[in-house]
Amino acid sequence: MSDAVEIGAKAVSVLVAFLLLPLLVGQLEHKAMAHMQSRVGPMYAGGFHGWAQLLADGVKFVQKEAVTPVATDGPVYRLAPAVALLPYLLALVVIPLGPGVVAASLDVGLLFALAIAGIGVVGMLMAAWASANKYSLLGGLRGAAQLLAYELPLVLAAVSPAMAAGTLSLTGIIEAWRPWWLLWQAPAMVVFFVAGLAELRRPPFDMPVADSELVFGYLTEYSGLRFALFLLAEYAGIVVIAALTAVLFLGGWQGPFADQLGPVWTLAKVFALSFVVIWVRVAFPRLREDQLLRLAWLVLVPVALGQLVLTGVVAVAIA
Amino acid sequence: MTAAEAGLGATGLARGLAVTLRTMTRRAATRQYPDVPPDLPPRSRGVIALFEENCTVCMLCARECPDWCIYIDSHKETVEVAGGRARQRNVLDRFGIDFALCMYCGICIEVCPFDALFWSPEFEYAEYDMADLTHERDRLREWMWTVPPPPALDPAGQPAKEVAAAAKAAEVAGGGGATERPAERPADRAVERATERPAERPADRAAERATERPADRPADRPAERATERPR
Repeated sequence: MSDAVEIGAKAVSVLVAFLLLPLLVGQLEHKAMAHMQSRVGPMYAGGFHGWAQLLADGVKFVQKEAVTPVATDGPVYRLAPAVALLPYLLALVVIPLGPGVVAASLDVGLLFALAIAGIGVVGMLMAAWASANKYSLLGGLRGAAQLLAYELPLVLAAVSPAMAAGTLSLTGIIEAWRPWWLLWQAPAMVVFFVAGLAELRRPPFDMPVADSELVFGYLTEYSGLRFALFLLAEYAGIVVIAALTAVLFLGGWQGPFADQLGPVWTLAKVFALSFVVIWVRVAFPRLREDQLLRLAWLVLVPVALGQLVLTGVVAVAIA
Repeated sequence: MTAAEAGLGATGLARGLAVTLRTMTRRAATRQYPDVPPDLPPRSRGVIALFEENCTVCMLCARECPDWCIYIDSHKETVEVAGGRARQRNVLDRFGIDFALCMYCGICIEVCPFDALFWSPEFEYAEYDMADLTHERDRLREWMWTVPPPPALDPAGQPAKEVAAAAKAAEVAGGGGATERPAERPADRAVERATERPAERPADRAAERATERPADRPADRPAERATERPR
């Protein structure tokens, strides 16, 4: 009985975090991006500095007609938003918030998180193919090429802290983490974060949606609630990548008074990294397709491999 | 990619991030217009107001209007004058300005010889029906209440022609016409006083100071002043 209650409470809290954190990141993006462009952003919804803007957007999306073009591959088209969104919900399950505060502490948590986050890509490909639209298909093909290129440095960079900690458990990695790892694992952190950005198709790696050339890439034919789910998937993806970066490279809950303030530290790190995601979006123009692949194969993969050698040598030297 | 190119790229990326972060810490350029009224510059051209008591139906405004957007109707009335012959007088029946056509050139206001038209800074008179943009005389008269007082004179500016003429007239009246060449002197002097002194001299002197050798100055300057004065 008590097991069922505990599992239910954990599931509900993960769901709440999954619905709340992307909204907070979205609101942060609205306001931070506006001020970086010398604007003020939403000011009316909710009365105080537009805090309810995303809730209002959600209500609007629900009310809109979900148009399904005749030529679409019906079931695939309808399923794609769920396939894009759910992996991030599942990835949140294994991310520890504080010491002992985790929904499911898997021994292979890192493997699970990376594997499950990779499924989101399938949702994008489903959307691209099932839309029966040339822009969608172009966007989907670009996305496929990009994800093939960036999945490799992402995984290679994530292996480095796992090697250093000697475990694939995310909780174990945080417990083994020491502040000097910041320097030791710095190249891997940069590679992981950049590859994560590309994985999310966030600017400057938004070639697959490239709204100035491909209408909206694989999202072109989507409207109403399904479009909102894709948007939610994007922000949930930011939260997951920021959380994984914080857990793997920034020590998760570690910090002064970690026993009491553990979750606060984790959330602070997640939001700081989310801010960097937004900041990079505002500051940099979109990479061209060839630049995108060059960066992955000629910079990120070699750096990640070099980091693995470094990690191995230092780990052996310490042991 | 060479190392130098990579370094250049890295500084460029860092500079991009710095610019956006600096902009974020500064005040946004947004004007909260419907909540906060805009601070309009002086002499803003919002809407044209009619001071119909001054209008003599001379039709100059309607004829000069490039868009022909001013509509004036009038009739003549005979005014009996006790002990004299009867006079005729124009009475305004309609004065309308179609702001859907008006291009806010202000020529009507410039040409009005009797100061019956004025600029008002009010600009919030959008309508759902284009026909409602034709403001008739009562509405144009209402705009008159929003006309601001004319801005203060620029203290460094030339005195108005009227002031110079008044000074001349005062001189003529005070001097009894006995001074030599009474027509030219006072006006000239007033202009001189207003424009030449403050505008030219300090600049001249600064230039003098910058270019000339210090040894030359004491000797040169009185001579210069002496040549300038009698003008």
